[in-house]
Amino acid sequence: MKKILILGAGTGGTIMANKLRKELSRDEWEITLVDKHKTHYYQPGFLFIPFGIYKEQDVIKPKADFIPSGVKLLFNEIEKIDPENNKVFLEGGQILQYDFLIIATGTRTSPEDTPGLKGELWYKEIFDFYTIEGALALKEFFETWQGGRLVMNIAELPFKCPVAPLEFVFLADEFFTKVGIRDKVDITYVTPLSGAFTKPRATKMLGELLQEKNITVIPDFYLESVDNKEKVIRSYDGKEIPFDVLTIVPVNKGDELIARSGMGDDLNYIPTDKNTLRSEKYENVFVLGDASNIPTSKAGSVVHFASEVLFKNLMCAIKGRKMRAHFDGHANCYIETGFGKGSIIDFNYETEPLAGNYPLPGIGPFGLLQNTKMNHYGKVLFRWIYWHILLKGKELPVESEMSMAGKKK
Amino acid sequence: MAQKTYAGKSLEVTDDGYLVDPSKWNEEIAKEMAKEEGIELTDKHFAVLKFIRENEASLTIRKVGNSGIVDIKGFYALFPGGPLKISSKIAGIRKPTSCV
Ligand SMILES: Cc1cc2nc3c(=O)[nH]c(=O)nc-3n(C[C@H](O)[C@H](O)[C@H](O)COP(=O)(O)OP(=O)(O)OC[C@H]3O[C@@H](n4cnc5c(N)ncnc54)[C@H](O)[C@@H]3O)c2cc1C
Repeated sequence: MKKILILGAGTGGTIMANKLRKELSRDEWEITLVDKHKTHYYQPGFLFIPFGIYKEQDVIKPKADFIPSGVKLLFNEIEKIDPENNKVFLEGGQILQYDFLIIATGTRTSPEDTPGLKGELWYKEIFDFYTIEGALALKEFFETWQGGRLVMNIAELPFKCPVAPLEFVFLADEFFTKVGIRDKVDITYVTPLSGAFTKPRATKMLGELLQEKNITVIPDFYLESVDNKEKVIRSYDGKEIPFDVLTIVPVNKGDELIARSGMGDDLNYIPTDKNTLRSEKYENVFVLGDASNIPTSKAGSVVHFASEVLFKNLMCAIKGRKMRAHFDGHANCYIETGFGKGSIIDFNYETEPLAGNYPLPGIGPFGLLQNTKMNHYGKVLFRWIYWHILLKGKELPVESEMSMAGKKK
Repeated sequence: MAQKTYAGKSLEVTDDGYLVDPSKWNEEIAKEMAKEEGIELTDKHFAVLKFIRENEASLTIRKVGNSGIVDIKGFYALFPGGPLKISSKIAGIRKPTSCV
């Protein structure tokens, strides 16, 4: 029996388990999937929890519901990978052997990396919304907040779902308007980037929207520490920004497991060939999703597009053939902009987000780099698509490779 | 694209003033570029510039801070404002693109 081992049963690991079990003969290939958690979180839904739009039960389902029969699912902490010897060690001493390894252990928030962040105000007046705990604590806080300075800060680059903090301030603007205290809430967006986003055209469009909604942007701010007494955040070059409530995207890092295995960079991301999605160092190791260091967004849509390329290349590798599929870095992000509208950006390694229609040229129904009601419905629909189509590894009616059709230069 | 003269050589630079061809770079050019940014280069600066040239592919402020040459605060002190952008320019490499 030959063995494929998948580490992490999040978005990427679940998709791969489904695709591979369908393709590979059960007599020849054993597929094992390991994760430490039994619950699958629909992470894009965390964004909506602080505003009471989604509840906890809207974003959780048992992981096991999405794993096909014929895949061995183990719930355990992965201790270490020994890629030289094709072995993985689990907590408690279990050792798994593999012929091919797929690492999909994602990225997670690491508030410990910023002095003062996990101080006395943590989950009292300082919150993240990248974890279920943080999102729920923030919801409770917002329910009775009387207003003041709301500071949204991003601690480090890269971070997963780079549009989420923008969506957060757009939704906050709507929320406090509806509660009737928007005039008492001062919203500031503090980012290490030089503007609202990285790519020029999207930055312009999003920057204008922020201005329209009276949200102040403070660019080029690289967070050093949080002062719980003075209630300010400080940058490495001595700038200070006061807050009454701080919402933050803490430093994002690959799992400690990657550091323990000596396989990561400064932020525990695994050096990965950005075209083939194979580890740069090990021929029988592939990396899917947020765990890799490929230079595109860390997002579920990227994981989905990348999974198709990884699947094809793994099939070639299994047969000892040359890998033929190339990943182009395709990312596609819906951006909630508040008041029932949304925008959408579609880009890859080479091409920045451009205006146009998606996925059908000239028709849409979605408008790229535009602010429309239809785009908002796309985001709402995405949750259903995620649970029912995407995780199961089924085909979506969109191409994995980015298309220039329908785009305006 | 534009032409600029550094250390007696006419060089092609991008609209933001980054050298188009990093192989044309030398320490004299660096000194003159630094002057434009209001920086007088010391040995410490050159040690950082060397690290930056060697790690062009995967540069981050954090990475420079872990280099053992300077910590992040020191990096800001050497190249005030935007240390990664300014040091990359003086090091003669391409403008770093933050990827999100
Ligand atoms: C607030 C928020 C909003 C977002 N919005 C969007 C959006 O609108 N659109 C979009 O496309 N994407 C969005 N994303 C990003 C998207 O959720 C992720 O990019 C995607 O889930 C990554 O998939 P993955 O398989 O790489 O990692 P994950 O799905 O995070 O899975 C990693 C798995 O590995 C397991 N694991 C890690 N280490 C170990 C270990 N040592 N032992 C055992 N198990 C381990 C974890 O338990 C986890 O289940 C959002 C994310 C957040 C937080």
